[in-house]
Amino acid sequence: MNISQRLVADFVANDVGFITTVPCKQLAGVIDAVEAHDAIRHVPANKEDEGMGLCAGAFMGGTRSAIIMQNTAIGVTINTLVTLIQYYRMPLPMLISYRGELREPVACQAEMAVHTKALLAQLNVPTYHFHKTADADEFDAILKYTFMCNKPVAILTDASFWGGYGE
Amino acid sequence: MIRSEILRDIAPILDGQLVVCNIGIPSQELHAIHDQASNFYMLGTMGLASSIGLGLALSQPKTVIAIDGDGSVLTNLGTLPTIANNVADNYILLIIDNGSYGSTGDQPTYAGMKTRLEDVAPACGCANVVSCTGEDTGYVLKAAIAGGQQTVIVCKCDSGNAKMPVITMDPVTIRDRFMGAVKA
Repeated sequence: MNISQRLVADFVANDVGFITTVPCKQLAGVIDAVEAHDAIRHVPANKEDEGMGLCAGAFMGGTRSAIIMQNTAIGVTINTLVTLIQYYRMPLPMLISYRGELREPVACQAEMAVHTKALLAQLNVPTYHFHKTADADEFDAILKYTFMCNKPVAILTDASFWGGYGE
Repeated sequence: MIRSEILRDIAPILDGQLVVCNIGIPSQELHAIHDQASNFYMLGTMGLASSIGLGLALSQPKTVIAIDGDGSVLTNLGTLPTIANNVADNYILLIIDNGSYGSTGDQPTYAGMKTRLEDVAPACGCANVVSCTGEDTGYVLKAAIAGGQQTVIVCKCDSGNAKMPVITMDPVTIRDRFMGAVKA
């Protein structure tokens, strides 16, 4: 089982049955694994705030939900995180590609990377950073924590975690 | 007809249905006219009523009616392709299209100018799009519920707001009683 399949297996083991995604090259393998899994309804979203709305609806319908997106989306979704997910106390695991970190080839990605953790801290969003493959061992516990406390939780996965950009 | 008159008209049809209602004055009007546990009022996050409604419809079997506005649909225009490509036959999107941003002072929307949401929705791939007047909304909504097919209703009506109190119910209470109604 590769790392993408392991993460998706942890989602399924924690009864996550609805996942919305916005594409990212780094997360392409996970998105494929989500699409391929029979236990998950995969609904691609056009924008991350739309995706969070879909997740909120699925959660209220009785299905645990999650979003997969880039860290640039933190800039897009602050209002949704605060006035929908946090205000109504909904759990939302956010599996995020942490673009703009070490091994990043695109300079503009670093501009949002330097704000990512500060923004999440300002929003009081519990945040975990996967840098090495072994860090994913905690993913199951992070999901359990998210559904225990009914909060959005960020899991930042950087280029080193995914094995770089093929450089 | 203005929005509050339409809501008053369709309140008996909404009774007992799962309703996700748009932020601002629409939710205030629905709350004042026909509050019920199965109403989910949006207190923030303009534009996401249709997305919340779709996620809800895809996740459980009961009929879901999302009451949205033309301004909010324009804010989250990406919702229409998502609705079209993820068909939930228990989902009805009712767009009260009064051509204005009612909650912020009735500034005109582009839907009140050149843009026709009843043309945009089919162009996005939505299969059952019905345009109607305010007076016909109840009839069209009833037919959509009975039809059991995903439907987008674009209700063309006049701009204007009824003066209703702000919703002071706690958001967690709104969510909790709504989830109770979903499960019931």
